[in-house]
Amino acid sequence: MLIDSTLGLVDVEEGIKVIPGANTIITTLDKFINWGRESSLWPVTFGLACCAIEMMACGSSHYDLDRLGIIFRGSPRQADCMIVAGTVTKKMAPVVRKVYDQLPEPRYVIAMGSCACSGNVYRSYSVVQGCDTFLPVDVYVPGCPPRPEALYDGIIRLQEIISKERMRWSPIR
Amino acid sequence: MDKTIKTQEMVLNMGPQHPSTHGVLRLRLEVSGETVVKCTPFVGYLHRGTEKLAEGMTYLQAIPLMDRLDYISSMTNDVGYCIAVERLFDINPPLRAKYIRTMVSEVSRISSHLLWLATHALDIGAMTVFLYAFRERERILELFEMLCGARLTVTYPRIGGVRNDVTQEFIDTLYQFTEEFPDKIKEYETLINVNRIWLKRTVGIGVISGEEAVNYGLTGAALRGSGVDYDIRKHFPYDAYDLVNFEVPIGKNGDVYDRYLCRMEEMRQSNSIIRQCIEALPTGPIMTSDSPKYTLPPKDKVLNNMESLIHHFTLITKGPMTAPQGEVYVATEVPKGELGFYIISDGTGKPYRMRVRSPSFVHVSALPRLCQGGMIADVVANIGSIDVVLGECDR
Repeated sequence: MLIDSTLGLVDVEEGIKVIPGANTIITTLDKFINWGRESSLWPVTFGLACCAIEMMACGSSHYDLDRLGIIFRGSPRQADCMIVAGTVTKKMAPVVRKVYDQLPEPRYVIAMGSCACSGNVYRSYSVVQGCDTFLPVDVYVPGCPPRPEALYDGIIRLQEIISKERMRWSPIR
Repeated sequence: MDKTIKTQEMVLNMGPQHPSTHGVLRLRLEVSGETVVKCTPFVGYLHRGTEKLAEGMTYLQAIPLMDRLDYISSMTNDVGYCIAVERLFDINPPLRAKYIRTMVSEVSRISSHLLWLATHALDIGAMTVFLYAFRERERILELFEMLCGARLTVTYPRIGGVRNDVTQEFIDTLYQFTEEFPDKIKEYETLINVNRIWLKRTVGIGVISGEEAVNYGLTGAALRGSGVDYDIRKHFPYDAYDLVNFEVPIGKNGDVYDRYLCRMEEMRQSNSIIRQCIEALPTGPIMTSDSPKYTLPPKDKVLNNMESLIHHFTLITKGPMTAPQGEVYVATEVPKGELGFYIISDGTGKPYRMRVRSPSFVHVSALPRLCQGGMIADVVANIGSIDVVLGECDR
């Protein structure tokens, strides 16, 4: 794009204007905050079962989640989102819920794998049939276990959801 | 004046959400200052009822459940289960299938040991090893994908053979991998073998004598690190392990460092077994045709022959109609230790009872012995060195 004025407003993207001469960007607070949130999603390391291994593979050298601004944190207090990676059993469910409650707002949940989505083949006495029975899930990533590319897709979908949020930062919504 | 610091015992809860408990293990530590006075493990956070589920399934349907026991090396679990069912039904798989199974089991062993090395080093504080080990592990997962389409949960072995034959491309890629892999092991060892921090954190930590290790029921590298020469592949060979040459690495001191050395050497031996298997791979069928009552017919027959299609259908949905009665216990050497399957057949198509003797569960029971009297920081080193996987432990 050719910017021919230095003082006038120039539309660079929908809802984002710049004044090139003044080195200024004019946009809505929604867009600005959502941009910040979606580009540095920090998930809490919480591997439950098989999917955790694919999550680790996703975070390590070959697939490298760091390039999406994703850094795994050990404590839920420092994290924005939770990847429920694996089978949730009835003994584990209160713990998962507790970890979710410890996440500060805004918080998001990705259900990774068929077990977290719907219970998978484990239709048994001890397995919770999907973690959406006790958690608000934003993105479902099916697969047993999902490939790292599928987890990538899930994270990008979550970023799309975040970019469309309105007034989530405000106490009055 | 008395200068000793008085400490008070306190209870520290570790897990189930903890990055270094390798899943969902929970430990209740009673500590006095930095010293662990008492350590109580709690398991069952990943109890999925695999054994009960398998009782409601036919013998073939249960193979995918075995994948998800020890999800780090699913190939060895499947092989162990298939061998147990084969002994029960008296099936003898062809030689080529045996060689292929041995080969892919060893590939799986390397991938499991790589993941163990990565996480164990990461827990102790060596981040670089984690990234290096995952680089090689990714190549192995790509090999599995080339072989059967899945990266982690393979479901490749079948009762009486394997699912499909290996391609020449797979063999070539695997051989290329085995040529490069010993250098990579050297690379990891250069990073940590004589690293002073690594030595401080591992030498003399979690010492267990050979006799005690036997009494606790430890198997695998956790037992061999204490100087006990016991490897099921060597002493009760199955598949093609009696046809290949390999050594069983033995440790001396029974500490975390010796277990580490044992596993590193095991990777080298696995690499050599894979090469021997590729070089000696015989031609022939991959699925036995001696016992057609229990084994699946070949795929081209299923697609073209009505009888085979019906047989395939009933075998999958109802199981073998005339299964012999009896019970069997078969132990195989998986990367973690001795994995045993105890199956009781009552003559129907489904097992009456199936019990899994998982090494991780036994290893967790030895954790209090290793941790008590040590420092809090050594607890993660001990968890890493006995190499537990909670999917297998809780089943």
